Amino acid sequence: MMILFFQQLVNGIMLGAVYSLVALGLTLIYGILHVPNFAHGALYMWAAFTALFMVINFHTNYWVSLVIAMIVLGLVGVGVERVVYRPLRDAPHINSFIAAIGLILVLESLSLIVWGADFRRFPAVYDQPIHILGIAITLQRLLVILASALFILILQLFIKHTWLGSTIEAVAQNPEGAQLVGISIDRVSGLTFGIGTAMAAAAATLIAPIFLVYPTMGSMPNLKAFVVIIMGGMGSIPGAVIGGFMLGLMESLGGGYISTDYKDLFAFGALVTFLTIRPTGLFGKGAR
Amino acid sequence: MNPTFRKWILLGVIIIAVIVPLVVTNKYYMNILIMSGIWSIVALSLNLILGYTGQVNLAHGAFFGIGAYASALMMLKLHMNFWLALPLASATAGFFGFLIGLPALRTRGSYFAIGTLCFNIIVTLIVDRFEGLTEGARGLMGIPGPGPIPLPWVGKIEFNTQLAQYYLILAFLLLTIFILRRIIQSLVGRSFRAIRGNEELAEAVGIQAMEVKLLSFTISCFFAGLGGVLYASYIGFLSPELTDYHVSFDALIYIMIGGVGTMVGPIIGTLLIVTLPETLHIAAEYRLLFYGLILIAMIIYLPRGIMGALKDLRGRKRKQEVLWKQS
Repeated sequence: MMILFFQQLVNGIMLGAVYSLVALGLTLIYGILHVPNFAHGALYMWAAFTALFMVINFHTNYWVSLVIAMIVLGLVGVGVERVVYRPLRDAPHINSFIAAIGLILVLESLSLIVWGADFRRFPAVYDQPIHILGIAITLQRLLVILASALFILILQLFIKHTWLGSTIEAVAQNPEGAQLVGISIDRVSGLTFGIGTAMAAAAATLIAPIFLVYPTMGSMPNLKAFVVIIMGGMGSIPGAVIGGFMLGLMESLGGGYISTDYKDLFAFGALVTFLTIRPTGLFGKGAR
Repeated sequence: MNPTFRKWILLGVIIIAVIVPLVVTNKYYMNILIMSGIWSIVALSLNLILGYTGQVNLAHGAFFGIGAYASALMMLKLHMNFWLALPLASATAGFFGFLIGLPALRTRGSYFAIGTLCFNIIVTLIVDRFEGLTEGARGLMGIPGPGPIPLPWVGKIEFNTQLAQYYLILAFLLLTIFILRRIIQSLVGRSFRAIRGNEELAEAVGIQAMEVKLLSFTISCFFAGLGGVLYASYIGFLSPELTDYHVSFDALIYIMIGGVGTMVGPIIGTLLIVTLPETLHIAAEYRLLFYGLILIAMIIYLPRGIMGALKDLRGRKRKQEVLWKQS
């Protein structure tokens, strides 16, 4: 009994760590650009493929591949912001949303063309089991939790304690004021998009050895990250982290004790119920 | 354009649509035309809530699927006649729309878009997992087509041939256009557009925003369901993918390319996007790539689609004429 509970608890924390990381990137982008970047999951998928490509073709170390995937996707994120979202900055937000749907189509079909539709297995690096409290988990799962926590911490320190990071916070709080003191909105937008996408890239590479890698692998984490940031309040960083862990625990405990068939239903059902009670989100100041 | 000229164009287009099967006898092309007709109905219905009322509903695939599955189950399990199942299944989709609209329409903007999207995923999951009713991923097979309509003295109209199916879909498409046009031109239609323009302002002049949005949403879902019923009986097979949110995305693409918030736009967009890749024989993955690029380019450079661009062009020409007359 207790063993099942702990097993599900650890799985839930691991899932939650990944959701938090993905949602963190999404909420950061929303906070600055007010764009619901619906293509976040497609970029996440490309990160997993990039890391896989590095590991298989160049035999790079797992952590080196992770950093390369983060850098490559960070640059792609900067490019996406420049080419697709910047021209739409003054348009209604829904236009950006539709552009994001176009981006998903482009990224997913490109991935089909380049990598094919097969489900690929990421070579396992840390699959040795570890025994804690009577349960066995693989080292990879533990590393997912630790590395995610580390990335969340680094991001927090970057935003709160560096000059560059504080420009991001300044723009999120007051774009006009930030411009008045000489912060370039263009540069901060690009930077934020790059960092946000790199966060998704880290999450994808961390989870890739546990799940499979395929062209539509990003759609579910993407939708769930949206569930998380709506519940946590769009643009709120603590909301994304707490919401991510809550969703991960809810899914794995619900999947373990209620029904694995309808596991995915919990997240979306929770969101619909949630929006019924609070149409503007937990910390939301109202949709724009 | 003056109204009489507009009417002549409309009449011309209808005549062309009626005589097209005499020219196009190829079964493959007829099939594409029929599919365009069905998807036009879906796109038009989405346009009512999205284009005219300004609420980005991404659950349209679910309502299309609810209509399709409801009619298929009514015909297969309850042995109902197609002509009875058609209004009942469309009404089922409308009823679900009403139920979902009650909570969902309280949210706005991106929240509404993502909320409806989540609802769509729930519906697809249920259809996929509730095997006792929907047969799950195996899909529903052998959905009967429309039965013959008896007519006094003449005999009866049967729908066994592709040609008859074409006219059936065309008739429903015209009916949908006619009804939606009447709604949009009515006072209710104006209140839809008022909400699209500015919800607070609309409420300030006495429009009950929630009720009006709910009405638009319910009607929109009803016609999405109608599209689903026609699809189910034409193809004869349903699987959970047809309730997927990709169906919502497809309808959205048709509208955005044709021209959002216009009557003709969704039909032009559907015709273009459904027929072009089929006739050019582009492979599926390249087709999606092409859609995606077009969608991004359109939303940046022509956010009001083909119809919007035409209107701008005409407006500019008129302005030039005026300038020329003044000088």
